[in-house]
Amino acid sequence: MNDKPVNYSHLIQVTDLKKHYNGGDIKALDGVSVNIDKGEVVVVIGPSGSGKSTFLRSLNLLEVPTSGSILFEGVDITSPDVNINRLRMKMGMVFQHFNLFPHLTILQNMTLAPRKLLGLKKEEAEARAMDLLGKVALSDRAGAYPSQLSGGQKQRIAIVRALCMSPDVLLFDEPTSALDPEMVGEVLDVMKTLANEGMTMVVVTHEMGFAKEVGNRVIFMDQGRVVMDNTPSAVFDNPDNERLRTFLAKVL
Amino acid sequence: MTLGFMAALPDWLVNWWTDLKDQFILNFIKDDRYRYILKGLGVTLEVTFFAVLLGIAIGVIVAIIRSTHDKLVTDMRAGIARFILNILNALVKLYLTVIRGTPVVVQLMIAYFVIFSSSKNKILVAILAFGINSGAYVAEIIRSGIMSIDNGQFEAGRSLGFNYVQTMIYIIIPQAFKNVLPALANEFIVLLKETSVSGYIGLEDMTKGGDIIRSRTYSAFMPLLAVALIYLVIVVFFSRLVSMLERRLRNSER
Ligand SMILES: Nc1ncnc2c1ncn2[C@@H]1O[C@H](COP(=O)(O)OP(=O)(O)OP(=O)(O)O)[C@@H](O)[C@H]1O
Ligand SMILES: [Mg+2]
Repeated sequence: MNDKPVNYSHLIQVTDLKKHYNGGDIKALDGVSVNIDKGEVVVVIGPSGSGKSTFLRSLNLLEVPTSGSILFEGVDITSPDVNINRLRMKMGMVFQHFNLFPHLTILQNMTLAPRKLLGLKKEEAEARAMDLLGKVALSDRAGAYPSQLSGGQKQRIAIVRALCMSPDVLLFDEPTSALDPEMVGEVLDVMKTLANEGMTMVVVTHEMGFAKEVGNRVIFMDQGRVVMDNTPSAVFDNPDNERLRTFLAKVL
Repeated sequence: MTLGFMAALPDWLVNWWTDLKDQFILNFIKDDRYRYILKGLGVTLEVTFFAVLLGIAIGVIVAIIRSTHDKLVTDMRAGIARFILNILNALVKLYLTVIRGTPVVVQLMIAYFVIFSSSKNKILVAILAFGINSGAYVAEIIRSGIMSIDNGQFEAGRSLGFNYVQTMIYIIIPQAFKNVLPALANEFIVLLKETSVSGYIGLEDMTKGGDIIRSRTYSAFMPLLAVALIYLVIVVFFSRLVSMLERRLRNSER
């Protein structure tokens, strides 16, 4: 990759981000400003429809914002002359419904992008994939198809598929919400390990335990705005905001 | 031996058999008439085969234009790219409406007597006409295949850094194609049978071959039955082939 080095103070710097639908009737994001630094684990919480997914998906332009700016490594990704595909290679994303490619084996799921986009040789890409599969204890499933895996296994694969691109940040949109309760733990454990290894992560989740234990910061969103952006203890132990208290009373 | 065996049978059966034999000889053996059907079969298969190839080529392109337009145009900035996409989409829609709104026989005749009236190459005109016709149906089949793929697949591809076209090629089209394979095979079978109207432009396909024999021998039963039987065998053969292929594809995901 031959991007020129740019000086930047935050890995991701979001300023006054707005996303409107129906010509402004629906304000999914209504002026969101957030900074995310390298190595941070930022957990995004909030009631349904508060704009968490829209915020997360704006970070890699799966949603195109109506206005505002998103600097990623110092580059404004909303500017029309930015190669968004290049930037997305550095921002992994993990979806609620895994979105593994059903026509490819696990190994092919993991090597497709590195081979086609990073130009890795088959052997290199496979070595990297096998290494990561070992880390999530799924080496023996390399040749399987996604339909042969449990939900928890699928999500672990989805995480390492994203990691195969060696991203600078990982975005998670409710990674455990589609899982049976007994499988939530194995996925959270993988995320915990990643966090301990210093991976920058933005995680939308309803797992308050994870937010408390692993999060460096918790962002509480409501009606398209950031209501609170503080440490887990400030958010959970003495929430000094009425809406936050109402929300926490419901989920805790 | 043979005579003794025949004598034991009732008269009407013997007469029927002799009649059948005579008819067979008259319709197929005499003057090598079977060749009309054999040569016709070759023409039928040739026209079908190349028309299918043309149809798939047109169909894939049209389907990609249609689904790209539906998916992207609302998010596109005004500019030359959006303008071109809108024009292409309008043209393609016109093509679909006209082709699917008129009978294939009429299209074939227009192709031969109007558009390519200077051409003497009936096979080529038939291939073009049936291919262009089939493309409209193939396009809708493939488009429905593309639309049936969960949008999450598209997002997963884009989030890894694939561009629109790469996502289509590596992720969407392989899945879509697999989903619509039965429908595509069915389209091929339909096309095979549709080419039987080629006689309208004087092309001697299998149906026309049978008809020529009928006009020579003044007996319709044998030649037409033979033609029908051959169509049936081919169609059943291909249907089997397709369900085998389908099973194979499905197993690869288990
Ligand atoms: N394509 C769309 N068209 C119109 N409105 C939309 C669209 N996408 C999202 N919205 C609206 O934007 C708001 C924010 O949605 P978003 O999905 O970001 O919420 P969320 O916080 O992720 O909710 P949940 O916890 O249910 O996932 C909601 O009111 C939603 O209805
Ligand atoms: Mg959401």
